[in-house]
Amino acid sequence: MLSVEARPQPSAAMSVVSPLLALALTVAIAALLFWLLGRDPARGLGVFFVEPLSTRYSLAEVALKSTPLILCALGLAVCYRANVWNIGAEGQFLLGAISAGGVALWVTTANIGAPRGVMVPVVLLAGIAGGMAWAAIAALLRDRFNANEILVSLMLVYVAQQLLNYLVFVPWKDPLGFNFPQTKTFVATTLLPNLLPQSRLHVGFAVALALVAIFWAFLFRSWGGYQLQIGGLAPAAARYAGFSARASLWGAMLISGGMAGLAGAMEAVGPLRQLTPHVSTGYGFTAIIVCFVGRLHPIGIVFSGMLLSMFLIGGELGQSRLGLPNALTGVFQGLLLFLLLACDTLIDYRVRWRRAAPAQEDAQVSAAGAS
Amino acid sequence: MNEVALLIAATIASGTPLALAGLGLLLNEKSGVVNLGAEGMMLVAAIAGFAATYHSGSEWVGFGAGALAGMAMALMFGVLVIWLNTNQYATGLALSLFGAGLSAFVGINYVGKNLGEHSTYEVPGLAQVPFLGEAFFKQHPLAYIAAILTLAIAWFLYRSRAGLVLRAVGEAPESAHALGVPVRGIRLAAVLAGGALCGIAGTFLSVVYAPLWVEGLVSGRGWIALALTTFATWRPARVLAGAYLFGGVTMLQFQLQSEGVQIASQLLTMLPYLATIVVLALISRNPTWIRVNMPGSLGKPFYPGA
Repeated sequence: MLSVEARPQPSAAMSVVSPLLALALTVAIAALLFWLLGRDPARGLGVFFVEPLSTRYSLAEVALKSTPLILCALGLAVCYRANVWNIGAEGQFLLGAISAGGVALWVTTANIGAPRGVMVPVVLLAGIAGGMAWAAIAALLRDRFNANEILVSLMLVYVAQQLLNYLVFVPWKDPLGFNFPQTKTFVATTLLPNLLPQSRLHVGFAVALALVAIFWAFLFRSWGGYQLQIGGLAPAAARYAGFSARASLWGAMLISGGMAGLAGAMEAVGPLRQLTPHVSTGYGFTAIIVCFVGRLHPIGIVFSGMLLSMFLIGGELGQSRLGLPNALTGVFQGLLLFLLLACDTLIDYRVRWRRAAPAQEDAQVSAAGAS
Repeated sequence: MNEVALLIAATIASGTPLALAGLGLLLNEKSGVVNLGAEGMMLVAAIAGFAATYHSGSEWVGFGAGALAGMAMALMFGVLVIWLNTNQYATGLALSLFGAGLSAFVGINYVGKNLGEHSTYEVPGLAQVPFLGEAFFKQHPLAYIAAILTLAIAWFLYRSRAGLVLRAVGEAPESAHALGVPVRGIRLAAVLAGGALCGIAGTFLSVVYAPLWVEGLVSGRGWIALALTTFATWRPARVLAGAYLFGGVTMLQFQLQSEGVQIASQLLTMLPYLATIVVLALISRNPTWIRVNMPGSLGKPFYPGA
């Protein structure tokens, strides 16, 4: 019979194999799904998993969409390592976009003549502050009132979306925009410079990669990062060592809020150049998957961010090439996380095929008794 | 006068799905398992129930399909969490994300479809009483069922032997295991019950309350229902009261709009979410109160024989 038994130590190899296994299973289920939908599975898989990487333009798009995912996921990795369950990165992302967009809009309408080298950092800092402020609400309520940060941060996503809707439908609406819920297009001095000519890829991608290195150093080579993670792994030990649980709560929340805010800001003054109700296509939620698939590790997050960005592009291609609904991406994303969690069991446990296990035990017992 | 009666009736209608889901999650959590996938289960059940009602013409077939869909989702969660000992938060979150994607995908062909009139049940005699009849006794049958179910669950938890076993599993799984109670089986049963009730709640939203399908129809009610169990300090009657309170807040926004209050609709839509945050903070303020009432092993995995 099959039996699951605990490994003496978690398997390091399995923690790398598990995401790959989960991906393989997702691809297999995807193929099955394409077949059930009456499409050629090979063609479907090609559109979803190969075509996004095939041309220079689509590669640039993959990098573009991976930027907000990587940024949000880096912050979330810090949070989850500290055992702080911020699942409202989506809301913090929106607040980042709102704050950055607000500043950019003000610069646009008030005709501020500052150069790009000044304006872009100001706009991005506004975004970071917005995301931090939104996360701070959850941190404050947790700290002062013991309110569950999962529920508060999630509720704040809905509040943030309504706030954005209100702003673009009422006070910030472009008077010349044919009554569409959108702001004016931001003036060029507030927009992120391009990274790659003839594509939409902006410098945010380079910033995200630089931040990967910084987060790696923070998590694994700094005293602050160490304290934060001990608080998550062993709260009692952290208390004993005098590490402040409040400091890790606030630190983790503000870092992840700031990162999500930065991602939102870059989206607003990057590819979008204006605010609409659809600033985010669920980046903050997808980032949670990116974070787990990337093993809460900055380097892993780069790969998983690219992978899930590929899913997003694949979904768009699937819609235009195969007439499949774009929502298929959401199915694959959720499936991937689900299968990953299942496969992660293999890190701590191994599955063994044992025949007549009870009899063996009896034999050992009697042998022990005889000696 | 009549307006107030209609407002009360609308409050009950809007509170009913929250109550059903909240009661399901209460059973779920009494066993020591917290399922953050409520939103996903409700979404998948909402579209399953909507589709079943649309094709069969009977909303009761729809409710059956919704309950089954909720249970199927809960089963995926339960196997992972109970047998593979995965992290409950992460797994529930995965279920919510998966449910959002799956329901959007399946639901595409049902956007804009109409179901026609749904049934209401007038309680004989009482429905004709002025004011009270209008306010309380012309509801969808499930509104009455939700209220009765609250009593039934309260009786089950605190007056029946099976309820005692369920609470024991949630409070001290190791002790229950030592007494020969099948902890994992009971946890799975509780998770499935939670899924079924969340499924019925989701179907109520798409078939009775809305009644239509749009992507993300549940719009956070699964999360509000999760918050409800904490507000209610895991007591059935308080779950029901809390559900009506939030139903009332939701209705308040429509009432304010219809009275021409000069507040943008987007800001009014925030109300139920803000109310959830405020009440959650107020109730959680006293950590001892939460700790005393919370099932002892909530969120912690159980390893038999460890």
